[in-house]
Amino acid sequence: MAKGMVIIDVERCKGCGLCTHVCPVNILELSPDTFNAKGYRPVTVTDMDECIGCAACATICPDVVFTVYRQRRQRATATA
Amino acid sequence: MNTTTQIPENMELVYQYPDSMTKTYTHYCPGCVHGIVHRLVGEVLDELDLREKSIGVAPVGCSVLIYNYFNVDFVEAAHGRAPAMATGLKRTNPDKFIFTYQGDGDLAAIGTAEIIHAANRGELISTVFINNAIYGMTGGQMAPTTLPGMKTTSSPGGRDCKIAGYPIKMSEILAQTEGAAYITREAGTDIRSIRKLKKAIKRAFLTQIEGLGFSCVEVLANCPTNWNMDPWESMLWSKEQMTPYFPLGTYKMREEVKALKV
Ligand SMILES: Cc1ncc(C[n+]2csc(CCOP(=O)(O)OP(=O)(O)O)c2C)c(N)n1
Ligand code: SF4
Ligand code: SF4
Ligand code: SF4
Repeated sequence: MAKGMVIIDVERCKGCGLCTHVCPVNILELSPDTFNAKGYRPVTVTDMDECIGCAACATICPDVVFTVYRQRRQRATATA
Repeated sequence: MNTTTQIPENMELVYQYPDSMTKTYTHYCPGCVHGIVHRLVGEVLDELDLREKSIGVAPVGCSVLIYNYFNVDFVEAAHGRAPAMATGLKRTNPDKFIFTYQGDGDLAAIGTAEIIHAANRGELISTVFINNAIYGMTGGQMAPTTLPGMKTTSSPGGRDCKIAGYPIKMSEILAQTEGAAYITREAGTDIRSIRKLKKAIKRAFLTQIEGLGFSCVEVLANCPTNWNMDPWESMLWSKEQMTPYFPLGTYKMREEVKALKV
């Protein structure tokens, strides 16, 4: 079961590729064959089951493309 | 996009679009650190619940249109004069939160006098200072912060410090002023530094809210377009080339600022 999940706002993406360099499980890549309305190749997820919900992608994205979800911890602890 | 995605029951939201920002697409080039820092400012305005009481002061430079991207009031200053405008705003509206957002051409060239004297007077304003070692908006001319030997459109043979002087270290200078309460240099180029940068912005904003004095966060950034690099390469270049000349670190932090809970 996936530990995390991201939602991508395709139209905001400028295809800069920064997120693809920081994803620790390497599941982000620029779309090889589609374009968004601005003409950029937007980022896509190759295998969402691998996502760990670390939000590294959202931390580096200059265009606020990502919404990130993560599996709840069992015990209630404060998140960093 | 209106596709509704099913969120599994066992998942919780860990990152979403900041409320303090509009949904307007920015005009910045792909991979520009201006976008990252805007987002951090938006997150901090949200977390400190400052949206309804903030007035931003926009600079001249690539971030001249910053007011389109935030759900807060903004005024536009003449080139370099943001700290002077912010001074007037704060003195006449002491209950408002006033911040400037400035590039290195704006703050460290034409606006050097304004920022130094605002800091020296200990104005209760906060400044976010983006250092990308170049004039981005006007086409990549040499800035006071351009590195020795660095090629720009106005120094095609590389910056010759014998003629153009040396890159100016603004955080070190501002830290010398009596009125400065918190002066730090951070970077916006990798995950760790971005997380640290957000804390610094929060500390700087809290410094004003608690009435402790002037605060400024310098951010080592990038300009992939005028550096002629792809975005990731520009992040690495910023870290490898800019950091040795502009060391990261806190240059001034009064005890009361240190005691703030961030
Ligand atoms: C009084 C005045 N002088 C010069 C200019 C031209 N000008 C516009 S932006 C700029 C420099 C911007 O560089 P920086 O502050 O580093 O911001 P960046 O674009 O790199 O984000 C200059 C010199 C101007 N608009 N007004
Ligand atoms: S949340 Fe982490 S693991 Fe998931 S896509 Fe983003 S960077 Fe990759
Ligand atoms: S960092 Fe953001 S804008 Fe750049 S490719 Fe990734 S999602 Fe797109
Ligand atoms: S010109 Fe440089 S600083 Fe300006 S938006 Fe483009 S990359 Fe950013």
